[in-house]
Amino acid sequence: MSYIGNILGGIKTLLTGMKVTGGYFFPSVIGRKYTITRQYPDEPAIVADRFKGEVVMWHNENNEHRCTGCQACEIACPNGSIEIIWDRVLNEETGKKVKVIDQHIYHLGMCTMCNLCIQACPTNAIMWSTNFHNSTYDRSQLTKVLNKPGSKLMAGVEE
Amino acid sequence: MILTNTTNYFAQLIDYLFEQMGLGGQILGYVIVAAIYLTFFAVAGLLLVYVERRVAAFFQLRLGPNRVGPWGLLQTIADALKLLAKEITGTERKDKLLYHAAYFLVIPAALIGLSVIPFSNGVQAYDLNIGVFFISAVSSVGVLGILFGGWGSNNKYSLIGGMRSGLQMISYELSAGLAILTIILMAGSLQMSEIINQQKDLWFIVKGHIPALIAFVIFVIAGTAESNRTPFDLPEGEAELGAGFHSEYSGMGFAYFFLAEFINMFIISAVAVTLFFGGWLAPFGITDSLPWQPLWGAVWFFVKVSGMIFLLMWFRWTFPRLRIDQLLTLEWKYLLPVGLLNIVLMAILVYYNIIL
Repeated sequence: MSYIGNILGGIKTLLTGMKVTGGYFFPSVIGRKYTITRQYPDEPAIVADRFKGEVVMWHNENNEHRCTGCQACEIACPNGSIEIIWDRVLNEETGKKVKVIDQHIYHLGMCTMCNLCIQACPTNAIMWSTNFHNSTYDRSQLTKVLNKPGSKLMAGVEE
Repeated sequence: MILTNTTNYFAQLIDYLFEQMGLGGQILGYVIVAAIYLTFFAVAGLLLVYVERRVAAFFQLRLGPNRVGPWGLLQTIADALKLLAKEITGTERKDKLLYHAAYFLVIPAALIGLSVIPFSNGVQAYDLNIGVFFISAVSSVGVLGILFGGWGSNNKYSLIGGMRSGLQMISYELSAGLAILTIILMAGSLQMSEIINQQKDLWFIVKGHIPALIAFVIFVIAGTAESNRTPFDLPEGEAELGAGFHSEYSGMGFAYFFLAEFINMFIISAVAVTLFFGGWLAPFGITDSLPWQPLWGAVWFFVKVSGMIFLLMWFRWTFPRLRIDQLLTLEWKYLLPVGLLNIVLMAILVYYNIIL
């Protein structure tokens, strides 16, 4: 008796499997209901918020950033992707010389996206961008200056 | 003349050319018919590869090829052109004769199988009086090509793939033959056109109710195994054998095996449709009063065959591959005894005329 039971049980399990795959197939054909492929250049790509594309420096609408030039990121970087060119400028109000960044240079070509610089930053000046269109025809274009020209330190960051 | 059926359009063409131009015309007629079949072979093969990829994609929640041409229809043509342009390489110490004979065996085996299939009323190159038997005989020649390829490649994985294929095809040939015999008992003829004529009032799957249904299931399982498709694709076994018997073939050598596999699938589907679903007959005769009868027949034939092919693809993308002992258990302990009992049952039904 178990012989016929085996056959019937086998047919039943086969039909169960076919029901599952058919349940994916027919909605996919008719309405693209479950289809998860995105045709990227035609459709916008879905990128997770946590995606580590490249390091950027945040600027507000007055072209001000939060980087104090403390060089913590430069020290934290394991492969020297970050270089900061800085200077000391006299602050007129307090009469003290303060460190001011001239250029925050970021070598994207050397960056391993290890996240150490962003963890090291005490003022949250740099952060991840989800931009992944990073390919260029020339390696020199991968060296980027993160602070925008003419930008200055946001007031109240250093306190 | 070998072609005796008067409503056969191919035979009429050859006769006409014979009357016009004599022996040369007759030979020209044969060449034309052969060219038509070769064209069909290539087009159907490429189309089936496209459909397979597309269907597979939809089963796996992907989109499949959709860039080359409208809906990606030209993708497989581009692939074929690429394969044509590729260098043909192989193993260094291959058995040259067997290695190259392999694809000259699989392709004609598939082509000759096509020749007896009635695509429509009178659209059949060769209406043999033993048509079904001929197909099952010729389809076993294909296994020789696979064995040659496996042996000639001088590669242990190819050899194992080829041997597995031989083992599997010879085993499942029995069940397929028994399933066909069950229907032959009811039809009383091996001729394809006669089998279809018998189904004018009712298709055999309905006419033979229980035993025909069992025979259909057995035939589909055995046919899947014979065309080396998943869940019976041990000969290819990507995981353990590379690509099995055709792992040492490149360029068109590989493409020939690939095309032959898909045409074999078409033949299995076409035979199943002819035996169980009335071939080119319209369901309930709904298009019988329309003009262009052979065309409508072809339409219904291809609709039915597409359905069968889709069923085989559905199997492929659902079921996991069998182990070799499970494969043999299924054949020798289940399909074969059930098939034999099924023949006895059908014989009793036919004898007492209990068929519908």
